[in-house]
Amino acid sequence: MDADAIDKAPDASASWPDQIFDLLKKHEIRQVCLVPDAGHSRLIKRCLADNAITVTTLTTEEEGIALMQGAWLGGDKAILLMQSSGVGNCINMLSLSHIHRCPMPMLVTMRGDFGEFNPAQIPMGRATQTVLEAMGTLVQRADTPEDIAPTVDATIRMAFNTFRPTATLIGQRVIGAKTFGKD
Amino acid sequence: MLAESGKLDRRELTRALLADRGDMVVIAGLGAPAWDITAVEDHPLNLPLWGGMGGAAMIGLGVALAQPNRKVLVLTGDGEMLMGIGALATIAVKKPANLSIVVQDNEHYGETGMQETATKYGVDLVAMAKGAGFPRTMFVTQPGEVPALHAAIHAGGGPLFAVAKIDATSKKLVLPPRDGAFIQHRMREAMLGPAAHHQL
Repeated sequence: MDADAIDKAPDASASWPDQIFDLLKKHEIRQVCLVPDAGHSRLIKRCLADNAITVTTLTTEEEGIALMQGAWLGGDKAILLMQSSGVGNCINMLSLSHIHRCPMPMLVTMRGDFGEFNPAQIPMGRATQTVLEAMGTLVQRADTPEDIAPTVDATIRMAFNTFRPTATLIGQRVIGAKTFGKD
Repeated sequence: MLAESGKLDRRELTRALLADRGDMVVIAGLGAPAWDITAVEDHPLNLPLWGGMGGAAMIGLGVALAQPNRKVLVLTGDGEMLMGIGALATIAVKKPANLSIVVQDNEHYGETGMQETATKYGVDLVAMAKGAGFPRTMFVTQPGEVPALHAAIHAGGGPLFAVAKIDATSKKLVLPPRDGAFIQHRMREAMLGPAAHHQL
């Protein structure tokens, strides 16, 4: 990770990105789509290295909602990884899940949430859970490292067992906020 | 197959493209393309969209990646394609050989009062697909070119992106089933068998 990068990745010692990858394998997720986030960087690398997972990098997050609809039609379980700002790009497309009763699990790394430095991240970060819930998404937060794996497990289970959009919001408190030396 | 305007009739074009479709999946963008495929046949492997504007091509990609041995056709309008135009980059990078996207381009938003779209002013969707890296593109204006488009859709070796300029006249409404859950489950069962409902 570039020391000057504006996003912050989890510490190398953190085990939760690998725990999420293990959950994707356990639940036989075959398609992972994403707009990159530093918080998901290690998970993305693990997915790219796995021959049984097809990774699709999107130009905008709403493409991922549509991709999950298509994957499910074809018999693949899919999941969308994104940053909280990307949730705002998904809102109307989430209607597909309700029209068709399609499972759509999402793993969202939060910005504008806890100790944020960048003012531009605050509006969407504050609105992320509200707008997801307004579109009928079952939302769970994970704000400690220990909470992430069980919460992601529940998010995946509830999507595929109850046929709807679900999301885990991984709190910025877990990932950490960059300060650009302005502590 | 030509309307009085000298452009292709959308229903006759759709009927020609769906002839001898075999086990091909057809995703139709919301509005007239959904009515068009339904007018040909209310088929279990049809997904006529009622919403999700801008998402038709990406739904096609999801199916194409999940079912690599099956042809997938996305039939949509110019307004719907323009709304999700970034998908051309996403799809070109994934290069699904079994996916075809055909835009029925009438240069108007047909469901909302026939307002003009960007293609009316020369925006070239084929050039955009080429620029994204689609290995195969076609631009169709004449009935004599339709058999080659049909053959290209069924040949594989894609992804294929095609624009067919069509007459803008609205056709008789032929509505598909309105329950999207039924449409989805019908398609999943047709592809996956009864196991589609006893998953996981």
